[in-house]
Amino acid sequence: MSAIDSHGSPPTAAGGKGPLWSRMKHAHHFRNHDEEFDACKLGMWLFLTTEVLLFSGLFVAYAIMRMKYPQAFTNGSHYLDWRWGGLNTIVLLLSSFTMAYSIRNAQMNKQGWLKFNLAFTVLCGALFLVIKFTLEYAPKWAQGKRPGFLFSYPNAQDPYEPIWWSIYYSATGIHATHVLIGMGLITYLFLRSLKGTYGPKHYTGVEVVGLYWHLVDLIWIFLFPLLYLIH
Amino acid sequence: MSTIDTHGPHDSHAAHGHDDHGHGGHHHEGSYLTPRGGLFSTIWSWMTTVDHKKLGVMYLTAVLTLFFVGGVAALAVRAELWAPNRAVSETQPDGTVKTTIKGQLFNIGVPTEVTKVDPATGKPVLDAQGNEVKEWKRVESLNSGNQTYNRIMTLHGAIMVFMVIIPSIPAALGNFFLPIMLGAKDVAFPRLNLLSWWVYVFGSVFAVASVIVGGVDTGWTFYTPYSTMTDAGHWRVVAMVAGAFILGFSSILTGLNFIVTVHKLRAPGMGWFDMPLFVWAIYATAIIQVLATPVIGITLLMLIFERLFHVGIFDPRMGGDPVLFQHFFWFYSHPVVYVMILPGMGVASELIAVHAHKRLFGYRAIAFASLGIAGVSFIVWGHHMFTAEGELAAAVFSALTFLVAIPTAVKVFNWLGTLYKAHISINTPMCYALSFLFLFSIGGLTGLPLATLSTDMHLHDSYFVVAHFHYVMMGSTLIAFVGGIHHWWPKMFGRMYNDTWGIIGCVLVFIGFNVTFFTQFFLGTRGMPRRYASYVDEFTIFHQISTVGSWILALGFLITLFNLLHSLVAGKKAPPNPWGGLTLEWSVESPPSEHNFHHEPLVTHGPYAFDEVVPFHRTPEEFPLPPKPVGGGHH
Ligand code: HEM
Ligand SMILES: [Cu+2]
Repeated sequence: MSAIDSHGSPPTAAGGKGPLWSRMKHAHHFRNHDEEFDACKLGMWLFLTTEVLLFSGLFVAYAIMRMKYPQAFTNGSHYLDWRWGGLNTIVLLLSSFTMAYSIRNAQMNKQGWLKFNLAFTVLCGALFLVIKFTLEYAPKWAQGKRPGFLFSYPNAQDPYEPIWWSIYYSATGIHATHVLIGMGLITYLFLRSLKGTYGPKHYTGVEVVGLYWHLVDLIWIFLFPLLYLIH
Repeated sequence: MSTIDTHGPHDSHAAHGHDDHGHGGHHHEGSYLTPRGGLFSTIWSWMTTVDHKKLGVMYLTAVLTLFFVGGVAALAVRAELWAPNRAVSETQPDGTVKTTIKGQLFNIGVPTEVTKVDPATGKPVLDAQGNEVKEWKRVESLNSGNQTYNRIMTLHGAIMVFMVIIPSIPAALGNFFLPIMLGAKDVAFPRLNLLSWWVYVFGSVFAVASVIVGGVDTGWTFYTPYSTMTDAGHWRVVAMVAGAFILGFSSILTGLNFIVTVHKLRAPGMGWFDMPLFVWAIYATAIIQVLATPVIGITLLMLIFERLFHVGIFDPRMGGDPVLFQHFFWFYSHPVVYVMILPGMGVASELIAVHAHKRLFGYRAIAFASLGIAGVSFIVWGHHMFTAEGELAAAVFSALTFLVAIPTAVKVFNWLGTLYKAHISINTPMCYALSFLFLFSIGGLTGLPLATLSTDMHLHDSYFVVAHFHYVMMGSTLIAFVGGIHHWWPKMFGRMYNDTWGIIGCVLVFIGFNVTFFTQFFLGTRGMPRRYASYVDEFTIFHQISTVGSWILALGFLITLFNLLHSLVAGKKAPPNPWGGLTLEWSVESPPSEHNFHHEPLVTHGPYAFDEVVPFHRTPEEFPLPPKPVGGGHH
């Protein structure tokens, strides 16, 4: 058992030789590195729980509105092009794969691959957003397929289509915000990986951000069929 | 690179000769309050601290400040209710009839968007395109007193719920004591803790900003469609809702931090059932915070979308469903009432055990009751909507609500069982603990007629509900909070306060509280609806009694505040263990050193083993153990 009476410090690089990851210290209030790693993972899982609950509010709203206005929702999913949604699904799945792979890279100390996979993941996120905004949001918005009072699409077949668009933009918009946040986090990992921060003994950051990224992916996996595929 | 500031616990001690190391406890590190450097660097070091104790003190300060603001609003609301508002018509000497409003305190006008008029010409001011320019102005009308009342009432409710009661015990006392009670150096994520403090400040600023620009009149529940339509075009409702949304983040982060801390940072020897009940309570609270708050998050976000883009999900004009908002709102806000009460129950358990010097009766029952309450709290939200939901749903929610009473009663009986034949010290913390027991019983029992469908049809949205939730929120949680402050004040600040004045303050608060709120049960059963600035003449006497009560209450709190502040400058130095407690915070100095413990503590006895161990820093003469035929203590 360790004494905790020393004047610890947050993880910083200590002096000495060896790559940066091998010199990273755990925070002073943890007994050892594993304990810190477990704590961070538990914290992230709890955070992911809150994310699931946040989105479940949207899913409930979706379910209730769909029950009330089935026709509007059927029309709605016909307005969406499943091919773009499908492409985005593939992009995100691929990014989840590279994200998972980057954890493996850190564990195996493959620094080059680590950087590559992190960068690749960020690019996938960006591609997702580009497809979403330029190929989906922008044309629809221009046609007047907008949420709520902003709705002005002249050929609507059902009076409740604005509600469909409200749900569509809220759900995908909040999801896109999460993609953006995830990209920010992975960029941060990437910049730190340039300095050699992550390696076999220190990859907590990659691991927990990875968990987050998989959740963002998972939520899309639910949104995609609900919005695009169910007719 | 130097090694001075980089060594972790495993580094060899010989390698560095830092003088603020407490190796072996041979010399003191200095308390966490010791200023480092000059005034500005001290302030800066507080604002950027990751020390859970300092953050606890910062939350305490913020919560008490906001409590003061919310309290002034409450006094104003009660003052307005001194007399009913009546339009009185008088014939003037010149024969015209002039109508004035009597009994209104708040007729100061409402900020309203009006056409800007050039004072010189009396004509509307036009902009470059020839459109009339609008401006915000206070406009008086017959109704403006009522509107101001609504705004002040909302201010009071929103501040007290989101900024005072929810963070009070967990964020202030929990932050300070949870790690120490577990034998840890800090919470699991100290920087996250700092972040959640700043998020809390940021959210409060939003909410307060909305008040500065005119106030929000939706009530703390933000019911749609009123909340999506009132003050259309102005951003202050959005600011208030955004404030609540941001405060939710802070609440989630704190809860998350506490859960991980409890799981990962217990000292060696401390099993789950060796944890103090305060920790159990905070743990159960944290679970609710993490699971319920995201739902209010998305709800408030949708409300913001509704106001900004009229997305229509809650708007019946577009096919949306306003009752859906109520479901979402209460799915969070019922569990959150247990976010408010569970920590209070935790404090009560500590206060009662320590000041009655007795092993808590039914430790495990209380611990499981906390979890039970947390669980049940998620399936009863519909009891706030008996008049808005279908009959079947109402009946089911009514039946489920009665389940809550079971773990609640288990706790009350256990506390009473603990007090039975105990060696009770009558001091300020115990006074608050007894007040808590008394007021919480009334609050909990009056929940039952509200949970009963047929009676609630009559009582819903009446002063009976107002009285009920004040008994549980203020009478229980807040009283427990103030009691907890008195219990741990010597530990937090190293000073003893004057016990006599403490008791006087407590008694005044207790009397004032009952005078204010017991009256409201009568008002409610007689049909006085909540959230009105006026009433029929028959209710005048009750309202006046209630208002007088609010003054007694205010006096009690002021005395308490002065007593505590006075102790900081003139109080006696506090010993490490003034009450003879057995939980770990009493084993360290008052105030604790920067890293809480000089050595990682080893837990060898239960938190309430008053019949087995002599408390830390105390002698067997002071705390004689009862003769035991078998076994024996560890000391
Ligand atoms: C035995 C326990 C309890 C039961 C059975 C119970 C039951 C109820 C019911 C049925 C209502 C709805 C009344 C109506 O609107 O017609 C209500 C309102 C309320 N209760 Fe309780 N309650 C209990 C404990 C608590 C506790 C511990 C708290 C908070 C610390 C609390 C806070 C509230 C609040 C804030 C409201 C009113 C919300 C509003 O409409 O603004 N209750 N309670
Ligand atoms: Cu409730």
